[in-house]
Amino acid sequence: MPGLVRTLRRAWGLVAVLPLIGAALAEEAPALPGSDSTADHSKLEALKGPFTSGPEVTKACLSCHTEAGDQVMHTIHWTWDYSHPVTGQILGKKNVINSFCGNVSVNETRCTSCHAGYGWEDTRVAAPADPTRVDCLACHDRSGQYSKLDNKAGNPPLFPVAPKAKTITGKDAVVVDLAKAARSVGMPGRDNCGSCHFYGGGGDNVKHGDLSSALISPALSTDVHMSPDGENFTCESCHVSNRHALAGSRYNVVAKDEADPHLLGQRRDVATCESCHSNRPHSVTPVGMKLNDHTDRVACQTCHIPEFARGGVATKTLWDWSTAGKLRNGKPFAEEDFTQSDGKHLHTYLSTKGSFEWGENVVPYYAWFNGQVEYTLPGETFDLDGPLEVNRIGGSASDPGARIWPFKRMVGKQAFDPELKTLLFNHVYGPETDTAFWTNFDWDKSIAAAMSYVGQPYSGKFEFVDTVMYWPIAHMVAPADQALACESCHARAGRLAGIQGIHIPGTGLPPGGLAGLVLLGLAALGVVGHGFLRVVARAGGQSGKGGDHG
Amino acid sequence: MAEREVKVYTRFNRLWHWSQAGSILLLFFTGARVMGLHTLMPFQLAVVLHSAVALALLLLWAFATFWLFTTGAWKQFLPSQMGLWKVLRFYAYGVFHGEQHPYRKILRRRHNPLQALAYLALKTVLFPAIWISGLAYLGYALWDDADTSGWGLWVVANIHLLAAFAIASFVVVHVYLLTIGHGFREHVRPMITGFERVTLTPEQEAYLRQEDPSLVKTDS
Repeated sequence: MPGLVRTLRRAWGLVAVLPLIGAALAEEAPALPGSDSTADHSKLEALKGPFTSGPEVTKACLSCHTEAGDQVMHTIHWTWDYSHPVTGQILGKKNVINSFCGNVSVNETRCTSCHAGYGWEDTRVAAPADPTRVDCLACHDRSGQYSKLDNKAGNPPLFPVAPKAKTITGKDAVVVDLAKAARSVGMPGRDNCGSCHFYGGGGDNVKHGDLSSALISPALSTDVHMSPDGENFTCESCHVSNRHALAGSRYNVVAKDEADPHLLGQRRDVATCESCHSNRPHSVTPVGMKLNDHTDRVACQTCHIPEFARGGVATKTLWDWSTAGKLRNGKPFAEEDFTQSDGKHLHTYLSTKGSFEWGENVVPYYAWFNGQVEYTLPGETFDLDGPLEVNRIGGSASDPGARIWPFKRMVGKQAFDPELKTLLFNHVYGPETDTAFWTNFDWDKSIAAAMSYVGQPYSGKFEFVDTVMYWPIAHMVAPADQALACESCHARAGRLAGIQGIHIPGTGLPPGGLAGLVLLGLAALGVVGHGFLRVVARAGGQSGKGGDHG
Repeated sequence: MAEREVKVYTRFNRLWHWSQAGSILLLFFTGARVMGLHTLMPFQLAVVLHSAVALALLLLWAFATFWLFTTGAWKQFLPSQMGLWKVLRFYAYGVFHGEQHPYRKILRRRHNPLQALAYLALKTVLFPAIWISGLAYLGYALWDDADTSGWGLWVVANIHLLAAFAIASFVVVHVYLLTIGHGFREHVRPMITGFERVTLTPEQEAYLRQEDPSLVKTDS
């Protein structure tokens, strides 16, 4: 007996020691320094510099990344030109008119300051077919000090920087150290994409409403994915890239991604919620299953982005060009009557641009959307019947590929040719010319010069018409507990009150319910009438009591 | 022939009736919330409760249907024209003139002909309409692919609502009729105690007393 106990004790001792032995065997090498890249760019001879221009840096990049320049030049970031595979429309920044600054052509060196290249000075022709003109640093600089001037066709501020020069993010321009930027390169961060995309339309969050500087380091409540307190996503976590082409499009949107669950977690070149979350994203609980019933008709964004322009940066909601050009004592002036939540005053009138309205934490406009966006292209004629739709969003309840999506509905007043019934181009930028509106405040000259530059017909007459433009909202996803509650839509005058062609319980009784209500009313009336007659009869001396009940 | 207090509603029968009544009231309340007729509870809670109570009631109905057919109690609900006219005439005229209710409960037929007809319609038309449309509504995800226009869901929703209001109308009239005759409390009591005054033939009474003395109360 004691022998057995001893043996057991020994065995137990061995078992207790085993994990220690395991730990010793499994001891790992010290953690690797640096990033997960196989190259430390700060050690590369080619990037030592000094560099005197952007293209010189690009040349150094291309000495190893031989195909990168060509790849970029095949993407919309470079071409600003997009041939829509469904509608056949020729879109892209180079071709469309929007309800913000209007048009790129004739205002080039300012508008092309956000081009992913250097020196595109005439957008009537394609960007220069030279790989060294690709701007690698705009996307890959991780030193944080690279920038692009706001009026030099994409070139960075180099010595000497002109006084009062500004960058594309509106900051005072500072001389860029190109060699430092070149040695810092890495995968794009939120700030890289943001330096153009957060400032579209001429300022922070002006254009999109769901893309602002608030996303550079957002609070969890502003963007659950991009917040450092959340998933700390970069833009490319969703907008996956393939040979420098990024997934996602505002012209041809994947409005309903019927993801095959087998592909979950695999790399697919789509920037949809479903590509990670599937189209049955909610838990298998009574509530979760009911929510999953919604995903075929309601976009994820509709509930999970309850408002846009969150995180403290307002977005422009109205831009009225018709009031532009007023002068005080012969000089342009500005009014700043909108106060942002951080106390910052935003302009509500500029002599150069007209009148504005702003919004923060804006409730979206909702509409059926199948992903197809058609534009009112230059030269396209139409009769005015209500506001002119600068772009039109496709889809309806009867379209199985359509879901209810949130949009920023931008309201504007823009120049229109009342005889030819076309949208007009404007020439606003060009300090040296006598036709640029921002210098001369003369619409006649500005429009005539612009129309002549782009070679489009112009009757010589213009007026300002009401316009609307729709921008799909897909960013600033809130934490789940801040998603919309059922009542937001399932209520009279709820958020989807304007949506046609779908049964939404709680928005009012449909015919069957109304008929039923009438039936119930009649039953109640009959009972009250019957009871009343019994009381009257009883008062008249006859017993209202019968025999048995029914 | 004598009137006796006879146990006509078994324990299951009473449990069935009152759970059904409670469930239906809860379904009205939560359903009205989902339709936006009131906002006394959150929409989400109303949806979950409505679905859960409806499923529980369906289970009860499955048991009740089994019970009806295995015990033969279903025969109580067979329609009969015998005396139907008299009952109709009583509610339309006699009740205002102090007449006695023309129907005398007997063991086989504890419902008057109008009542039996109403309950039969409820069981064969309204209840199937409500639960078939309800299940279709609840299981929309299973057939939405075949309903791209959403028209099917709209039809289902309208049938569900119409049937619901028709049942509500039944409840109103049902409760009102309890006030006629011996009075509301007298009429509700049997569904609580199980005992009701029924006309028995001497043979029936003798049989019942022999079979199980607790089924008939001695005093009358």
